[in-house]
Amino acid sequence: MPEELKLTSSLTDIIAALQQKFDAQPFGFSAEVTEFRGEVSLLIAPEKVQSVMQSLRDDFGFDYLASLTASDYWPQLEPRFHVVYQVYSFSRNMRLCLRVPVNDSTPTVPTVENLYPVANWHEREVWDMFGIRFEGHPDLRRILMPGDWEGHPLRKDYPLGYEEPQFTFNFDTIQVRKHRAGYEEA
Amino acid sequence: MANLMEINLDELKNLVSERALEGETVLLNMGPQHPSTHGVLRLLLELEGETVLNCNPDIGFLHTGIEKNMEAKTYEKAEVMTDRMDYLNTVGNNLAYCLAIEKLAELDVPPRAQGVRVILTELQRIASHLVWLGTHALDLAAMSVFLYCFREREMIMDILEMVSGQRMMTTYIRPGGLWRDTPVEFEDAVRQFLRIFPARIDQYETLLSKNPIFMDRTRNIGVISAKEAIAWGMSGPSLRGSGVAHDLRRASPYSGYEQYEFDIPTETSGDVYGRYLVRMEEMRQSLRIVQQALDRLPFGPVRSNNRKYVPPPRSELGTSMEAVIHHFKLWTEGFSLPKGAVYLPVESPRGELGCYLESDGGPKPHRVHFRTPSFVHLQVLPKLSKGHLVADLVGIIGSVDIVLGDADR
Repeated sequence: MPEELKLTSSLTDIIAALQQKFDAQPFGFSAEVTEFRGEVSLLIAPEKVQSVMQSLRDDFGFDYLASLTASDYWPQLEPRFHVVYQVYSFSRNMRLCLRVPVNDSTPTVPTVENLYPVANWHEREVWDMFGIRFEGHPDLRRILMPGDWEGHPLRKDYPLGYEEPQFTFNFDTIQVRKHRAGYEEA
Repeated sequence: MANLMEINLDELKNLVSERALEGETVLLNMGPQHPSTHGVLRLLLELEGETVLNCNPDIGFLHTGIEKNMEAKTYEKAEVMTDRMDYLNTVGNNLAYCLAIEKLAELDVPPRAQGVRVILTELQRIASHLVWLGTHALDLAAMSVFLYCFREREMIMDILEMVSGQRMMTTYIRPGGLWRDTPVEFEDAVRQFLRIFPARIDQYETLLSKNPIFMDRTRNIGVISAKEAIAWGMSGPSLRGSGVAHDLRRASPYSGYEQYEFDIPTETSGDVYGRYLVRMEEMRQSLRIVQQALDRLPFGPVRSNNRKYVPPPRSELGTSMEAVIHHFKLWTEGFSLPKGAVYLPVESPRGELGCYLESDGGPKPHRVHFRTPSFVHLQVLPKLSKGHLVADLVGIIGSVDIVLGDADR
């Protein structure tokens, strides 16, 4: 953590404790800590998600997973996604954000469903919308889109469907195209 | 015509027990069109007699791609879509979204705008609770409560229509303040409501709170402990019904909630009845907040003066060239927010409504995600309903107060 970064005092303690705990392990912690508009976020590697979340929940009282979502940075491919966890502690009344970078080639993250049951549907939603797999998830099905849907709508390279505006000069050509599409669908 | 999708037995394997596949227990579809599922919700039930062994919520019927659509619109245009998510808490949705923008932009909001925001969100909370109470009682076969609740809800709808021109999809709260100031009749209308409503809450309570049929149908039904409720991410009245005195208006105050006195009602039973009592008491607390906010409502501007985000008033356009430029820029390109991401939770009538807003520095949001309480509460439904009767399931759905537009987005 850079020296000049001044965090909410108790969060500094927590992050220092996390670093102390994980630096002893083979891969280290090396989380990138940032503060923006009073919100502290940690950038951690996917393989650390389970252990860091477990530690946050059991040792530091972050017992509430408020939100789990993702964000796509396409055309950047490495990392392409960030999976964003928002954890909250009732006892400390504090929020912490964890961001996990995910590459385009292997979009997988270990599940936290075993730690926070609420993550079950959130992870299904992220799988549905971004195509990020959660390893160890018991029931990773689509949740919002129909089961036979192709593609993952919230990816940035997924087009936002729209109706072509028809003017007088191109009305007929578009009409013909629409009809043909309609027949092909049927 | 596409072929009707055949149900694959393998797909069911994860959802129901072995006995269902052998035909020992009954599989029943409840919904998607069913009056007591409070919207378009399908529940795949596994029943033994009338007892629910398994309940699998199937959502997504109201998915309209709001998050995807918002990415293609400027911040101001995208706000209109937030109304359409939780259609019983439109003002609250606007508030979460606008607060997130204001947090990213470090935009100030004048005190009058904050006061009006509080009054309207609290009125909206009461209106939402009234719909909940009416439909919840209706599900448990108490018809008259529904009619009374909708009568009072109409008063709130009239107030919303008075200030914004719309009963439901108001989009009245805007980044940096409000659309415009409230009309002169606003204060009288709210005071009229404050005068009438306390007696009406008592009236509902005489109909239900000690009603033996209602108590039979709600006590010890759908019980969840505080610890489980937290692990399952429950929030709002459903969490307070399990004895956790957590309210975001108190824990992380926004819009000046720290100035107002109110209690956080809790019940320790964690059942349908407990959640009912919490919501009834919450309506009274909301009234207290509205009363205080209205008494202290200062005069003054209702929009921030920061012209980079908030369009100048119409009157300035004739005299100031800068105002014309700002007006033009804001209504064509829109404003750009600094690069970064914020998560802003507010207390909606159903629980924690969190708006995750990420900006890439451009005029359109890079990612908007709404952490909606209905989505999370639906997930708890299988846990709450296990071992209860189908008739009780209806009460349990009502007690966690879901809005499917909120869950599916």
